[in-house]
Formats: sequence, C-alpha cells, structure tokens
Amino acid sequence: MSINAQFDIQLPEFHLAIELALAEGEVLAVLGPNGSGKSTLLRALCGLQPVDNGKILLNNIVVDDAELATFVLPEQRHVGVMFQNSTLFEYLSVLENVAFGLRARGTKRVVARANATEWLERFSLEQFAQRRPASLSGGQAQRVALARALATNPDVLLLDEPTSALDVRAKAEIRRDLLRLRQQRPVTTLLVTHDPLDAFALADRVIVLEEGRIVQSGALDEVASHPRSRHIADMVGLSLVRGEVRDGALTTASGARLVVPADSPSGPSVASIRPAAVSLHRAEPEGSARNAWKMTVSDLDRHPERVRARLNGPIPLLAELTPAGAEALALNVGDNIWASVKASEVTVTPDLGS
Amino acid sequence: MSQLRRTRNRSAGLQRPPAAILVIASIAVAFFALPFIGLLWRIPWSDAWSLLTTKSSLTAIRLSLETSLWATALSIVFGVPLAWVLARYGFPGRRIVRALCLLSLVLPPVVGGVALFAAYGRRGLLGDSLFEWFGLRLPFSTAGVVLAQTFIAMPFLVLTVEAALRGLDHRSEDAARTLGASRWYAFRRVTLPAVRPALIAGAVLAWARALGEFGATITFAGNFPGRTQTMPLSVYLALESNPGQALVLSVVMIGISFGVLLSLRDQWLGGSSTSGGSR
Repeated sequence: MSINAQFDIQLPEFHLAIELALAEGEVLAVLGPNGSGKSTLLRALCGLQPVDNGKILLNNIVVDDAELATFVLPEQRHVGVMFQNSTLFEYLSVLENVAFGLRARGTKRVVARANATEWLERFSLEQFAQRRPASLSGGQAQRVALARALATNPDVLLLDEPTSALDVRAKAEIRRDLLRLRQQRPVTTLLVTHDPLDAFALADRVIVLEEGRIVQSGALDEVASHPRSRHIADMVGLSLVRGEVRDGALTTASGARLVVPADSPSGPSVASIRPAAVSLHRAEPEGSARNAWKMTVSDLDRHPERVRARLNGPIPLLAELTPAGAEALALNVGDNIWASVKASEVTVTPDLGS
Repeated sequence: MSQLRRTRNRSAGLQRPPAAILVIASIAVAFFALPFIGLLWRIPWSDAWSLLTTKSSLTAIRLSLETSLWATALSIVFGVPLAWVLARYGFPGRRIVRALCLLSLVLPPVVGGVALFAAYGRRGLLGDSLFEWFGLRLPFSTAGVVLAQTFIAMPFLVLTVEAALRGLDHRSEDAARTLGASRWYAFRRVTLPAVRPALIAGAVLAWARALGEFGATITFAGNFPGRTQTMPLSVYLALESNPGQALVLSVVMIGISFGVLLSLRDQWLGGSSTSGGSR
C-alpha cells in the first residue's frame, strides 16, 4: 500500500509541514532530533492527530483531508504502529496483547489466540505467552509490540523509535526481526528514528526533519555524502563495515582487516566509524594508528565549514576534514590517498543479520 | 554482628521524631481512639446478641444493606462515565460542572436533603412529572433513601476514579485504537482494567459513605421503620428509647467502617504509605 501525504499541523509553539510519498513496499526512515516533529508525523498518519491543512492518502484513498472534512478513524485505517517504549497492555498476558487487534476486529477468541501464538513463535517469544508485560525485558517487550502490530496484517507499518532505550544486543535483535520481515513480506514502512544504524539496516530512503520541516531527503548514501547541515552530517555520516570479529580484529568478506577495540565480542558484527575519526595522509602513516589503507577519492562535498570525502578502497569510508585540512592536502576527486582510523574510534555492534 | 546492631540502632535514632511531636501525636490518637473504647466499655455485652437480633435492629440492618448497595451500583453506573468526562474532555465550564458534582462532599447532608426535596419532592422541580410519567414518589420512600445516599456517596467514587484516569498514560489507548479498537472497546479492554483498583476503592468508599448516611436521608426520606429507617437513623432514635440497642448498632457500623479502611490500601486514601514500598 502506498502513502501520499502533504499536510500542515499547527500545535502550540510548533508547526509541522510535511510532503512525502512512499511506494508500495518501500521503507522510508524519518531521521531527526527530539522535538523535530517525527512523532507528530507518525500520529497524523495513523489517525491520532488530525491535519490542519492538506491531506493524507493511504493506497490512494483519502483518510484525512482538511478541505473535504474527511477523517478516517484510527481503528479503520489498517495501519500497524509500534510505539516508542512499550505500550503493551499491562493487565493482559503477552498472548492476549498480540491477540488484541484481531479480537478488537471481532475475530473469535480461539482463532485470534491461535494467530497470536503463530506470531509469537515467529519471533521466538512463545515461552512468554502467559507472562505479564511487566516481567519482560525492554527488548522482549518491543518485539512483542512488533508482533502485536503485525498480527492484524496491516497494509502500512509505522515504527516510532523501535530501538531507542534498548541495549546494543536488543537493538540488533529488533533490526534482525524487521529485516526478516522485509524479506518475507515487504510492508510499506515508515521508520521514525534518531539512530542512523536503524536507517542503514532497514531503509531505502531517508527524510531528515528539523523543527517540523523536511530539510533533506534522498537515498541514505546520497544524504550521508552530501549532508546539508551539521546536524545531518553528525547523524548520518557513519561508515558501516560488516564482517567477522576475532581476536580484536574484524575481517570483511573481501578479506580486508579492521582492528577494533580489544574488548569487542567475537562473531558476526557491524563496525561503525564516524567520518571525523578518519584521518587522511599523503604518505603512508607511521605510528599508533594500526588501521591504514590506500584509498581513492571518489567524491568530494565541499562546504564552508567542512569537506566530506567518499573513499573507495579495501574498506569504503566517509571522511570529514576541515576546509583548511583539505586545502593542505590539495584533495581532489580521483586522488590516491592514505586513510587511517584508530581502533578506539571504532564501535562494534553484533550483527544478527538475516 | 554487634557492629551491625549498632549501625541499625544509630539509624533508628536518626529517624525517630522529636519527643514533643510524639506526645502531641499520641494525644491526637487518643482523641480518636477514646470514643470507640468508651463505646466498647459501655456496651451491654450480655444482651448484645439479643439486642442485635431484635426485629427492629434486623430490619434496619437489612434496609441499610439493600439501600447502600443500590446506591453503590448507581454511583458506579453514573459515576464512572462522569469521571471519564471530567478527566478527559476539556469543555467550557468544566470546572463549574466538576464543582457542582462534588458539592455534596462538603455540603451539610441536611442541606442536601432539603435540596433533593426542591427537585424531586411532591412540589419540586421534577416531583410532579416523575409521578405522572412513572408513578414514582421519591420522598419518604425506600427509593428516596437510595437517591439521598447516592447523592452523598457518588462524589467519593467520582473523585477516586477521575484521579486514576488522569494519571493514566493515554498512549495505551492510542495503541488500542491503531490496533482496530473502537473507543468503546478500548475503554472496556484497556482503560477500565487499568483503573480497576481505583474503581474498587472508590466503590467501597462510596458504599461505606452510603451506609452511614443520615442527614439527607432523614430529611428527604423520613424515618419509617422498614421503609426508610436505616441503621444510622435507628441508632439516633434508639438513643432515647433503648440506649443498649443504639450502642450495639453503633459498634456494628464502626466495625464495618474500620474493616473498609483497613481493606483499602493507603494509596487510595491519598496517604503515602511508609510501610513497605510498592513492588
């Protein structure tokens, strides 16, 4: 199902202006700091917040139109929502939580429970079926919330900060579940997050919201190479390196080696590197930095305050330097250059992948 | 071990209130406790059972239980929706409506009884219409007793439930709506279970208040044995004719009230519990 939205919402001291379109099966990540209007956008799409101007179409059907005074109630929109933090019903068991949506739509108890059990099994949560939500960990609760949102077979999935406030392991589990889901049955998904790793793992495209406005949109790579603001640069610049960690080093599928902090757990992992942590040198660096590769500059984004360089080589990287630094290196597209990263600047996350 | 004990004693000293406050507080406790001790002391224990099981006593007890349970049921049926509206919907004049609905909390019950007369009495605002349409005569009837008790008791339930509804995280209801629940279904399956402890506490409080209602009842419904003479009324009456019976009935009512208070957790009475943190 597609989403087309073009609307304004005026809240006290806050104005949200949105224009976006999602094709069937597409995953769009909405990035932005707290208070940028991400959650309000999501509430408007699922019908918890009416728009003041403009309209929202789900599958080319108008669900909210300020001029036509059309408004489809949330329970009739067939949109699955996974809210920030758990909004599980404390007084119902995990099984009843997942069965809730079907029960609310009039499905018989037995059928709804059987369906809910299937969803719990799909997420390996069946052992918690009779537990109360309060006894679950944060990650388990979020995965139950995801199962609950999916159990009604929604046409559109809205995810509000699905991994915030979780530990690294639980974040990775949620991403794995969402990724699997995408491979099995592509659902049109809007993913609200301030964690670029979520976007990297799941999204086809991103839009960046700041103070209620879309300040940039496009493919994630494109936005990361040409960020339009300091904030976007900080948020989306991460270079991700997949591979296997063993004995303090990560080896990629192509055989490149990245030294990581010594306490990183072994196994399949994703290493992330901030562009500012990448140093560039004309000659092969000597000394403490053990990660050094010979690279080619494939793209340069010159900005008065910073220069971003996309580097191709054994480990593709984004590097950021000051305009003065770029000047000193006389950096140009097509140049060969040495890039180095300190092991302590590398962050490692378990990769539960697909 | 001795080290441990010394530490414990030291911290106990740290938390003990000053002597003057202890003395004054003890006087306050005695002030509340003495009337009940006096009652227990004066009671003719040898005749207690026979006094309690006289026909007039039993009639009053039965009538009181019946009417107070009706009043509680009416308080729930009308009080919960009222609490919901007061807690959730900002409409112009909400504060005035709220004050109006809770007025009987602070009103002298006798005044409440007089006001009920003005509305539902034979010459009251609705008295004639009620009789013409439904053949209902409220004053001096058992239904009148229920009406008076509901009038006085319902605010207790409304206050308790409203506070709980205000404290509730509305995101649970939002989640229910997006899952396909109508407003009514979300209310039944999500909101109501979440405020159930408050609802029970409010209902028990309202019931206890209805059971003890005196002023509005005697003003509006009169004092007819078997029809409108509830326990508090018969205590008041028996005080002159049969003090022993008055004492026994008083003790029964004190026992019920005390049990109600003990059964309710501190938190629902607005006091913060110092004994045992929650969970």
